Amino acid sequence: MYELVEKSEIFNVHKMVIKAPGIADSMKPGQFCIIMATEFSERIPMTVSDWSTDTGTITIYALELGISTLELARMKVGGSLYAVTGPLGTPSEIRHYGTVVLGGGCYGIGGIYPIAKACKEAGNEVISIVEARYSPMFYHEKELQQVSNQVFYATSDGSRGKKGKVEDVIAEMLERGARVDQAFFMGCTQMLERCSEATRPIGIPTKVALNSIMLDGTGMCGACRVTVGGETKFACVDGPEFDGHKVDWRELQQRKSAYTEQEAVVYQSLSHECLAEKKLRGEL
Amino acid sequence: MGLTAKERMAIERHSMAEQPAGFRNRNFEEVPYGYTPDEAVAEAQRCLSCKNRPCVSGCPVEVPIPEFIALVTEKRFTEAARLIKTKNVLPAVCGRVCPQETQCEAVCIQGKKDKTQAVAIGNLERFAADFERENNPMEAPEVQDKNGLKVAIIGSGPSGLTVAGDLIRFGYEVTIYEAFHRGGGVLVYGIPEFRLPKKVVETEIKALEDTGVTIHYNSVIGRLYTVDDLFKRLGFSAVFIGVGAGLPIFLDIPGMNLNGVFSANEYLTRSNLMKSYLFPQYKTPVIVGKGVAVIGGGNVAMDSARTAIRLGAEKVTIVYRRAREQMPARAAEVHHAEEEGIEFRLLSSPVEIFRNDQGWVTGMKCQRYELGEPDESGRRRPVPIENSFFEFDCDLVVVSIGGKANPLITRTTPDMEVNKWGYIVTDPWGRTSKRSVYAGGDIVTGAATVISSMGAGRRAAKAIHEDLTKENDETFTPDWW
Ligand SMILES: Cc1cc2nc3c(=O)[nH]c(=O)nc-3n(C[C@H](O)[C@H](O)[C@H](O)COP(=O)(O)OP(=O)(O)OC[C@H]3O[C@@H](n4cnc5c(N)ncnc54)[C@H](O)[C@@H]3O)c2cc1C
Ligand SMILES: Cc1cc2nc3c(=O)[nH]c(=O)nc-3n(C[C@H](O)[C@H](O)[C@H](O)COP(=O)(O)OP(=O)(O)OC[C@H]3O[C@@H](n4cnc5c(N)ncnc54)[C@H](O)[C@@H]3O)c2cc1C
Ligand code: SF4
Ligand code: FES
Repeated sequence: MYELVEKSEIFNVHKMVIKAPGIADSMKPGQFCIIMATEFSERIPMTVSDWSTDTGTITIYALELGISTLELARMKVGGSLYAVTGPLGTPSEIRHYGTVVLGGGCYGIGGIYPIAKACKEAGNEVISIVEARYSPMFYHEKELQQVSNQVFYATSDGSRGKKGKVEDVIAEMLERGARVDQAFFMGCTQMLERCSEATRPIGIPTKVALNSIMLDGTGMCGACRVTVGGETKFACVDGPEFDGHKVDWRELQQRKSAYTEQEAVVYQSLSHECLAEKKLRGEL
Repeated sequence: MGLTAKERMAIERHSMAEQPAGFRNRNFEEVPYGYTPDEAVAEAQRCLSCKNRPCVSGCPVEVPIPEFIALVTEKRFTEAARLIKTKNVLPAVCGRVCPQETQCEAVCIQGKKDKTQAVAIGNLERFAADFERENNPMEAPEVQDKNGLKVAIIGSGPSGLTVAGDLIRFGYEVTIYEAFHRGGGVLVYGIPEFRLPKKVVETEIKALEDTGVTIHYNSVIGRLYTVDDLFKRLGFSAVFIGVGAGLPIFLDIPGMNLNGVFSANEYLTRSNLMKSYLFPQYKTPVIVGKGVAVIGGGNVAMDSARTAIRLGAEKVTIVYRRAREQMPARAAEVHHAEEEGIEFRLLSSPVEIFRNDQGWVTGMKCQRYELGEPDESGRRRPVPIENSFFEFDCDLVVVSIGGKANPLITRTTPDMEVNKWGYIVTDPWGRTSKRSVYAGGDIVTGAATVISSMGAGRRAAKAIHEDLTKENDETFTPDWW
């Protein structure tokens, strides 16, 4: 079950194509899966960036951060994941908005693709903006270009497109008098917050895909709770997309840091284990 | 055996040997060791084999209690277990977790004068079931010829497992869809190892799979498939919904989203299902508090408190709005919790959670309560005492004040009736307002018990079988239709 059929790496982002025909059949843009690499792993949410009912596969882009994404990164083609649960979350609302801006950073570069595709199919003018530290870190490029009327790039070092971030490209567009009817953002929490601030002054309706800590993904535990517009919401069922102008960002950042200490402990425990293994195998 | 009633009445109830409290509160091993065969026989001899069988009427599924106990006195332990199983398919579970003191043991004649002297029916049930499991290869039940009909079951908790067990024997093709990566529902993600070893549940699930039940794990119905998809896309003839209650309630007070505040569902799922008590071997983290406050007085609260102390908390306090006698938890669990050093702050309810700059819990302010007039249910209602507050330090809060109905399935099945709280409406046999859809367990009744969920499963299995076999007859319309 859940065989890994294809894998590649773009810096520390790992593209993983996983056999999961049932999930591929039911998947909609904006939804995610919860994944366990092994029986011992955490359950971690991963946006599904592409899927095919023909091959019965889903594609995720995992950004290597801590132990759980490291476990994914170490998996080999032909191996199997212990558990893939999905689709989860409320799908993105796709309709004819007019001009739609999609902003993506880190895993969101892949993550915005299905939303862009569906928006394009719904007759929208689709403008995608992606950010990375420097030029070689972009991925899923051709696909995104195919479903976008325009793609803009932003890099921290200016090696490609605008020197800066997604919100700098947006600011520039707005200065030029561009009209934007709807914005979607996906990426790390700071990026989501910055981009929401960029669209707030002129009141562009803004959806952000939040990445709170999750456990079951079915609304059963409340681990994922976020405050939006003064109300507590469960990101795994009510979201992950919410109005970016109403999210309590400080609370989200704090809640995301809840396990920093344990994350460090478990990360170190794994590295030691593996060094020992390597020594045994004579690789060190 | 030749004991007179008087002699039987003179024997004291045998308690089960347990891990000492000061030792067990640092490990996750099961607390009571269980009876030895000699203890079981001796306890069984206390049963008076009452003609009118009051204990049987006290049991929600009418286990033939005096009859199985008689088999225990004759050391026919495996037969005793199999006799129980004619009515209750999970005796090893129920012997451990049923609230016997409000069911069979509450009405036992031996306990008439002194409640604590009722025959230890639960302990005997557990003993017989454990004996059977440990000393016999799993017995494959008799299965009727396949009838070509497919039934889908959503959720692998006690209700779903019971429906599966019954229908596979009637000859159906049975498929369970379970949201999690393991089966058993609350038995695996809620009730801790020290109260219900997971191997007991695993054995039962393995046995079901061996009889031909298919379990699709990681399958969230309402997302992966809707109930209608199960009929139209996947060709099932009937669907049983046994998804439990599954939506936590938080208090409406400041500080509920702070770091360190958990629903009991989250806290217990981390520790039990994800095994974070074995962190970092299992990679899911759990926070070990210094001072842990658990809000609530049910089984879930006791389990959370006793988990906290085992994980290494220095001090664990249960905060409960009502008085001790009103705690809904099993008496044995309250007693165990006390022995393990858990403090009780009764007639108290939090009004505020304090925080530091980093968004972590630092303490709690509570209001004191007193008991007022009885309410409709006859329980004396707790009323807040004005201007009577106290505060204490804690860095972890586990909210265990019950749950609500999870709307994932009901929202995607709009043509199925739910009540104003979102629970599914059924007839006494589990038939919902939607044709060929049945439901049972906590998603119908709200938080209840393992045995009542199993009872609901049994009735629904019967209804499904009746409706499906009669439905082939064109003229048949169920009378509830
Ligand atoms: C709906 C959703 C979709 C997501 N999609 C993707 C994706 O497509 N690609 C991708 O690379 N990442 C995605 N994430 C984030 C990803 O789940 C986390 O980065 C991952 O869990 C980190 O685990 P770790 O052990 O490697 O890192 P850790 O060392 O555990 O933590 C690193 C960071 O990840 C956060 N985190 C830890 N555990 C969880 C958890 N169980 N759930 C969410 N965040 C957590 C922590 O706050 C911390 O800041 C998504 C998150 C959500 C909620
Ligand atoms: C901590 C705790 C302690 C308890 N202690 C006791 C006790 O000592 N004695 C006692 O008698 N009772 C106790 N109970 C209550 C008892 O466990 C429940 O009443 C009983 O388990 C309910 O059974 P159920 O079949 O309705 O569903 P559950 O046991 O709740 O199982 C439901 C299953 O359905 C799955 N599911 C949910 N949604 C979906 C979906 N959309 N698709 C697919 N699958 C889904 C869930 O993952 C779960 O596995 C306790 C409960 C808790 C939480
Ligand atoms: S009521 Fe008590 S003594 Fe009487 S048959 Fe039942 S268990 Fe035995
Ligand atoms: S992850 Fe448990 S409720 Fe959202």
